[in-house]
Amino acid sequence: MKFDVELSGEDSAVIRANGRLNLMSAPDLKHLVTGIVQGDGRPNVVVDLAEIDFVDSTGLGALVFGLKTARAAGGDLRIARPGKQIKMVLQLTSLDRILEPHDTVEECFE
Amino acid sequence: MRRFFDHQLLVRVLTTLTIILGVNYMVWRWLFSVNWSNAWISVPLVLVETYSLIDCFLFGVTMWRLRERPAPPAPPEGLSVDVFITTYNEPIDLVMTTALAASRIRYPHNTWILDDGGRPAVQQAAEKAGIGYITRSSEWENRPRHAKAGNLNNALAATHGQFLLILDADQIPEPEILDRLLGHFNNEKVALVQTPQWFYNVNDTDILGSQAPLFYGPIQQGKDGWNAAFFCGSNALIRREALMQVGITWYVHGVRTTVGQTLKGGDRIIARARAEHAATGQHVTRALEDVRLAVRTARKELREDRPVGAVTYNFQRKVDAAAQTIVTADLKSIHADLDEIQQLTGLTSPTEALITRDVVERLARRDWSPMAAIGPVRRMIRALDVDRADEAIPVMPMATNSVTEDMATCMRLHSHGWESVYHHEILAKGLAPEDLKTMITQRLRWAQGTMQVFLRENPLLQKGLSAGQRLMYFSTMWSYLSGFAAVVYLVAPILFLCFGVLPVAAFSLDFFARLIPFLVVNQLLFFVAARGRKTWRGQQYSLALFPVWIKACTTAAANVLFGRSLGFAVTPKTRQDGGPPWFLIRPQLIAIAALIVAAVTGLVRMLIGVGAPAGTLVNVAWVAYDLVILSVIIRAALYKGFTPTDDRDENNEI
Repeated sequence: MKFDVELSGEDSAVIRANGRLNLMSAPDLKHLVTGIVQGDGRPNVVVDLAEIDFVDSTGLGALVFGLKTARAAGGDLRIARPGKQIKMVLQLTSLDRILEPHDTVEECFE
Repeated sequence: MRRFFDHQLLVRVLTTLTIILGVNYMVWRWLFSVNWSNAWISVPLVLVETYSLIDCFLFGVTMWRLRERPAPPAPPEGLSVDVFITTYNEPIDLVMTTALAASRIRYPHNTWILDDGGRPAVQQAAEKAGIGYITRSSEWENRPRHAKAGNLNNALAATHGQFLLILDADQIPEPEILDRLLGHFNNEKVALVQTPQWFYNVNDTDILGSQAPLFYGPIQQGKDGWNAAFFCGSNALIRREALMQVGITWYVHGVRTTVGQTLKGGDRIIARARAEHAATGQHVTRALEDVRLAVRTARKELREDRPVGAVTYNFQRKVDAAAQTIVTADLKSIHADLDEIQQLTGLTSPTEALITRDVVERLARRDWSPMAAIGPVRRMIRALDVDRADEAIPVMPMATNSVTEDMATCMRLHSHGWESVYHHEILAKGLAPEDLKTMITQRLRWAQGTMQVFLRENPLLQKGLSAGQRLMYFSTMWSYLSGFAAVVYLVAPILFLCFGVLPVAAFSLDFFARLIPFLVVNQLLFFVAARGRKTWRGQQYSLALFPVWIKACTTAAANVLFGRSLGFAVTPKTRQDGGPPWFLIRPQLIAIAALIVAAVTGLVRMLIGVGAPAGTLVNVAWVAYDLVILSVIIRAALYKGFTPTDDRDENNEI
């Protein structure tokens, strides 16, 4: 699993990841979001999921943990371009009502 | 059949004599004539002589119950038959010639081209001719293809005839082939009927030794007498029910073996995963502990001989439960996070129903299970199931554990009590290799496959085979060890002629008095058994291809024991061009040169009084014999391919 961070404006960042967001890689995402929000002081985070082909319950937990961290800092975490499997998992858990999937990264900033 | 009985009696008398004289010679050799002062060559020589005597004995056993079957009764009407034409890369014309001939077979049947190359042009030609076309289904993508065996298994899954006739792409069948063969299956225990492989692009001299008149004749008939007629991959008719039955038995056996091996390594995999993921959280550690207990229980159940289906089912349920504990813990922490978010922002959480049973079960199912993130654990869990996800189709009726699927499959049929028949009548004519390289590739593959079966499923240890069947399989395998013997037979006279190294106590009268009667009777047995068939080429090649046999043994051993790749060479049906391929026969050329030098040196040594005359002359004769045998390989390298002649023998006798 590889993460790519692109800074955007004063208080935002876009995380691009590829591979599988699972038990193995979830802790890395948690650390990364914590670092961006608390370390860099950028509370608005977009996670671009276009290259993620799979998420499990632990991966889902990392996204929600990121959301909590961002909200606690007065910002938000939004997700863009989730694939089919991720949409299925979000719907199954009703988390799509909290982590609403966006079609583009730009849309997340609106 | 008075004449036959006499012939059989003569064969038995000669076999008995050969064995008696052979044992007499060998005992004397071991006890009284090993030259212990030159043990480094004397012992190898006496060993390979013993090897050859055992080979003679096995040949005698094969001939002992030679069976010449009468023609079977006409088959009943209404049997369903599929004719399979297997192809990979052969020219379309060649495939279509065979396919069209197959569609003209008189007994009602379906003809199928099994195109492992998946070539659109072949498909078009087949469709235009109204012939069935089968290529690999999508399940085979990214899975082991198992060459020809896989091609046949794929077709078996796509068709449902009661009988299948297997033809290589070049084997043009006669219209009456099914009418002649199907009657053998009136005996409900018969699983397989093999007919000879005969080649129309070979002239009388048969420089490449393609026709196998001894094998497709006395040897197959001899094996048939022990209910051990071999399946040779093409020109054979098979009962589907038999093939499926052994396929399923082997599937169960294969699953059991895989499950057993996987469970053996289970503790180690779990221990490593626990150490590596200790930091991930208590819930993961606990789930891995549950899996470890499940492995233990499964191992115990397997030891108690519980059905492997039940063992794996119980195991998978426990793994699911373990995965569910991780998912539940994840969902709980998501819930806690959402609660915090709610307190922070005053949002109302819409996810009260987050941790329902359905959600947990779905998220913990194998395809989404968080435990699957740990590669070795995922692979272990995957292997502990009965669906063989690593294979395209779980049940493989044609054996896939050897490059010669035919022999392995046949042995399985025999060990399950099925019978095979050798039908001695040419009912399909094919193409033999026309150049040395292709011929060597083909012989190498046969030898490799045979040795693979020998090492993986030693016939002497297989349950369900009769003693005769064991010996018939073992005999073929034993004969492929001859390459090592050939080296000793070539080296021993060279050592004597050049350096005076004496491998026997003495080339004395005692020696010849014991050896010569044995050799004479043995050759007589061979001659009588062959009944006038041309067996000389076969004798030449069994020595002249010694490097091929050695390579086959070493590569097969490396493959079976150390998992090294063997490679699967498809024998090209068209001639490979280029000059004489001397590089292919370098060891033989070196041997020929060394033998000539040795003969000259030996004669000079004798003339100047250094070499003993008797020993020298015997060894020069020995060398001359070797040279005559080896000379065939030079003629083979120079062979320019087949040109048809008018006086070609067109009748069906071999």
